[in-house]
Amino acid sequence: MMEKYTIRGRVLRYGDNIDTDVIIPARYLVYTDPEVLASHAMEGIDPDFPKKVRSGMNVIIAGRNFGCGSSREHAVIALKHAGVRAIIAESFARIFFRNAVNLGLPLIECSIPAEIGNGEIIEVYLKRGEIIFPKRGKKFEFKPLPDFLLKIIERGGLIGFLREKLQANSR
Amino acid sequence: MEMTISQKIISKATGEKVEPGDIVEVSVDLVMVNDITGPLALETMKEVGIERVWDPDRVVVVLDHQAPANSINSAELHIKMRKFVEKFGIKHFYDVGRGICHQILVEDGFAKPGEIIVGADSHTCTVGALGAFGIGVGSTDAASVILTGKIWLKVPESMKIIIRGNFADFVSPKDLILSIIGDIGADGATYKAVEFTGSTIRKMGISGRLTICNMAVEMGAKTGIIEPDERTLEYLAKIGVSVDDSWLVRSDADAEYCEIKEYDVSELKPMVAIPYRVDNVKPVEEVEGIEVDQVFIGSCTNGRVEDLLDVLRIVKGRKIAKSVRCIVIPASMKEFEKALSMGIISELIRAGCLVYSPTCGPCLGGHLGVLGKNEVAVSTSNRNFIGRMGHKKSKVYLVSPATAAATAVTGKLTDPRRCK
Repeated sequence: MMEKYTIRGRVLRYGDNIDTDVIIPARYLVYTDPEVLASHAMEGIDPDFPKKVRSGMNVIIAGRNFGCGSSREHAVIALKHAGVRAIIAESFARIFFRNAVNLGLPLIECSIPAEIGNGEIIEVYLKRGEIIFPKRGKKFEFKPLPDFLLKIIERGGLIGFLREKLQANSR
Repeated sequence: MEMTISQKIISKATGEKVEPGDIVEVSVDLVMVNDITGPLALETMKEVGIERVWDPDRVVVVLDHQAPANSINSAELHIKMRKFVEKFGIKHFYDVGRGICHQILVEDGFAKPGEIIVGADSHTCTVGALGAFGIGVGSTDAASVILTGKIWLKVPESMKIIIRGNFADFVSPKDLILSIIGDIGADGATYKAVEFTGSTIRKMGISGRLTICNMAVEMGAKTGIIEPDERTLEYLAKIGVSVDDSWLVRSDADAEYCEIKEYDVSELKPMVAIPYRVDNVKPVEEVEGIEVDQVFIGSCTNGRVEDLLDVLRIVKGRKIAKSVRCIVIPASMKEFEKALSMGIISELIRAGCLVYSPTCGPCLGGHLGVLGKNEVAVSTSNRNFIGRMGHKKSKVYLVSPATAAATAVTGKLTDPRRCK
């Protein structure tokens, strides 16, 4: 069970106000195929993004207001299917936050100093609220998500959660 | 006991008194999806494996984003939505060209004071102009509401913004909301309900209130809301919604706010949000002269007759500059018809504007008037992010309808006060 709440990967850094138009431009919203969306993720500011994530840089660390703008869930789908395992940011825009939880992508609010650069090995312990950079022996703490939200993430998102609830009701 | 209007609305929907920070499940009055968010919601419903609609009369489907279809892919998404609507007997279906979802929620009487409206579009906060609690969500949340009629939410803290004074000539509610966003910042109201109040708001018509609430999300807010008053009831009566004084939900005098801000509009100037941030706001006079390729007048922010009148005042007797494509798109067919019967549209066409049927169109760069590399647009819409209206090297400056019109006739970003 604990394994589910542990994420190991490498760091990929971005700045403040990464908006959903940058994560996935509107011209790609005519697609619902996750693979197509993933291939265009972050295209506006980092055309090499899909390649970087595939090479193992799968934990995004960003600044303030990550995911601001449109409600397009395609943004979370694009990042998740590109291989992103978790996003750490100083703060998140609220609709993006909901969408990520609903699709089972863990988000963590925490400020990580700039000296931690791209490619560093990172371990995230969602339940106990710890981020560890093993090579530096550095540890950062964050407030874990409320149990209610962790439960949704644990079921891979709101769909699994809803299915259980609705099936229980119809029985 | 004292509560804000937002607390009161959520308390009513949960059946018990709520406090900011509580995570609660609320019953929703209405849910809306469009042609971008709807198809993904249908996928979610399919994955859940239970085909049903909680209440077909309380689901609104609007095809407005890539409408009429701009590609085979979007045509297929539209077909999917039409099939869904037919299968479940969804009464409130708006096919392409009827209008932008937020304008429709307002003018067709879906947004009522004290109700909770969930919309799979970030600008659902627009309905707050009538005292409804509008919540923008993504597709999975929308699917969940379509299935169950309920949603979980965190009760927001409220921020109060008091606005006083009279607007100077050529200055409008758009300049006000841009200057507020510039002051508060793109994340300054994250998770909060922003309540706009004060004598300026009380004097303001519904169109201006819609512009203001529409952009609450650009400072991160969960919603923007204005306490309903006589003007609200008058508007609702005019569109055929039967109303009475019990609809006047208001914040208690001693309600608690996390922050109270005050602004005076008397000295306010025409403002512009400079790319690539909505909170990068300056007076137009400080950045005048930037050469412009395209002007867009429309969107859920500024696509109403009141906005077109501001444009006409400047454009009348003048010509759109040869170097500029000036695209005008009314926010709904009703607004379009009104503008036609008032003779506004023919005047705009005579001046050289290109007028199209209602759609989100250029605002999100998917359709109609997409920008090429290094092109510059001045727009009355709500976002100026990288690549928002097209190429990642294009630029969008956000302004009021008057500034857009002044820019269209000169070909350069222009302060509308020059067009006296």
